[in-house]
Amino acid sequence: MDQLLQFLISGLTVGSIYALVALGFSIIYNASDVVNFAQGEFVMIGAMSAIFLMKAGLSYPFAALLAIAITAGVGLALEKFAIEPAKNATVVSTIIITIGASIFLRGAALLIWGKEIYGLPPFTSNNPIKIGNATILPQNLWVMMGTAVTVLAVKYFFDRTRMGKAILACSYNKKAAYLVGIDVKKMLLVAYGLSAALGSAAGLLVTPITFMSYGAGVMLGLKGFCAAILGGMGNSMGAVLGGILLGIVETVGAGFISSGYKDAIAFFVILLVLFVKPSGILGKGETERV
Amino acid sequence: MKRLAGFAIFAAVCLLLPVIFPDNYYVTVVGLTIFLNITLAVSLNLLMGYAGQISLGHAAFFGLGAYSSAILTIKYGLNPWLAMILGAVLVICLSYVLSRPILRLKGHYLAMATLGLGIIVHIFFVQADELTGGPDGITGLPTLSLFGVAIDSDIKWYFVLCSYMLLSVLFSLNIADSRAGRALSAVHGSEIAAQMMGIDTAKVKSHIFVFSALMAALAGSLFAHQQDFVSPESFSFFFSIELVTMVVLGGLGSTFGAVLGAFILSILPEVLIVFEDFEVLVFGLILMVIMIFLPEGLFVSLKNRAAMMLSKRGIGS
Repeated sequence: MDQLLQFLISGLTVGSIYALVALGFSIIYNASDVVNFAQGEFVMIGAMSAIFLMKAGLSYPFAALLAIAITAGVGLALEKFAIEPAKNATVVSTIIITIGASIFLRGAALLIWGKEIYGLPPFTSNNPIKIGNATILPQNLWVMMGTAVTVLAVKYFFDRTRMGKAILACSYNKKAAYLVGIDVKKMLLVAYGLSAALGSAAGLLVTPITFMSYGAGVMLGLKGFCAAILGGMGNSMGAVLGGILLGIVETVGAGFISSGYKDAIAFFVILLVLFVKPSGILGKGETERV
Repeated sequence: MKRLAGFAIFAAVCLLLPVIFPDNYYVTVVGLTIFLNITLAVSLNLLMGYAGQISLGHAAFFGLGAYSSAILTIKYGLNPWLAMILGAVLVICLSYVLSRPILRLKGHYLAMATLGLGIIVHIFFVQADELTGGPDGITGLPTLSLFGVAIDSDIKWYFVLCSYMLLSVLFSLNIADSRAGRALSAVHGSEIAAQMMGIDTAKVKSHIFVFSALMAALAGSLFAHQQDFVSPESFSFFFSIELVTMVVLGGLGSTFGAVLGAFILSILPEVLIVFEDFEVLVFGLILMVIMIFLPEGLFVSLKNRAAMMLSKRGIGS
């Protein structure tokens, strides 16, 4: 029982990170119908920038904010220089473009930061807190709280602000949004910037626990995609739920079965869910127009 | 025979190259990789280009073929050809069982499922170390021999892999012009419309999935014998992505597009070595630029452009 509680704590932590990545996925997917395979690279760039800004002598909070801004800038550049020029590309072509972008960003990270593995100090003290026989690190709490606040802020942004609603309008129908006077191009840019910022936030939260290197974004990105699919592609809150579920299932599975098969368990669960319900847990079935 | 004129020229060039340049590194060493990649890209194109079903896990079948050969010949001492056939049977069964539930999915969900399948198989290769040798893999496969001739040199492998590649290209070209090929493109166009025409779409998709997996598995067995070594590295998620990139880069749905895409992506790392540390970055950049400016793929875009120029001059019809 204590073991299960411990797994749940770890699972919830990992799951929060997947949730943020998946939320970024679904924001871009909603705004532009693109599955962004460079999403994991945002996580890596956010964390690596913060690490090196701190090495350059900046204070922790300032380095973190600047790192988020840098990553958001990368997101904007991705939209501006890779997605916008290819607006008539098919789904498969856009997948290849974002894969190209992720390879490009990894290559750039390798050049700038090298192959070494780095860490960030925890946000606050590192003394474990006891809950029964399970322990929880303050950084685990930071990850969960940070994710919760970010998700609520994003939800507020899409539900209550003019700009959030405008982006949603673009996701339903770009032409109609354009006709009612929404600057579609600008909204796409905002969506990419926001999504990149979410990725970098995930990177900042998780690096004190798991460390970071130039190639660490790939698996995080894939898990984010997994989570977004699990929740139903294009459903933002579904993506968050999917991320948390995936984190818990994966950690509990790894704990009770085998840690070497951790990633396999995650993908196995996804396959099972898709075989039973082909459009994800919260997804609506699509109908094909003939 | 005008239909296969392009194939005849292609085959002649491939078979003559080692005769003209017998000791060229690019022909006899890089050439082998290129032929394997062409075979894999052509097999993936059957599924993606003809039937319109994306697969991000094709390397799994390639790997299953390779590991079946390695395990069955070394651990169980089977004859290499028998091992290859058993590997093929295993892949046929596995892909057939998986084909119906997987191909029921569409778009991004299908991409996710095939991606997951590829990653699970790769993790199995890494983790099941009693069977697969873990991350270190397996070395020391027996030499393959054909009609009593041992295939033990680069030049012999060149002709073996070249023949298999040419067979797969020929098969792919022929299927496009057959009843099965037309059924596939109907499925690609619109599944519901294809059903209305009386096509059993689930069966058509499942058959091409199995066939494509089988071609990849046989290529895997040949790869294992040629390299004399298998390790999980060769069958990772990245290789699946590379295969998809080959198909799309050349031009989805065109056999020679897949051939060109595989050729470029195989030769590119050799050429990009001059960039040293910038290699990865330049590779990503090239991918993006080609897909942004030639979204139909290199081969298809260039062919259309050439056809337009010819018709302007009044040569084409």
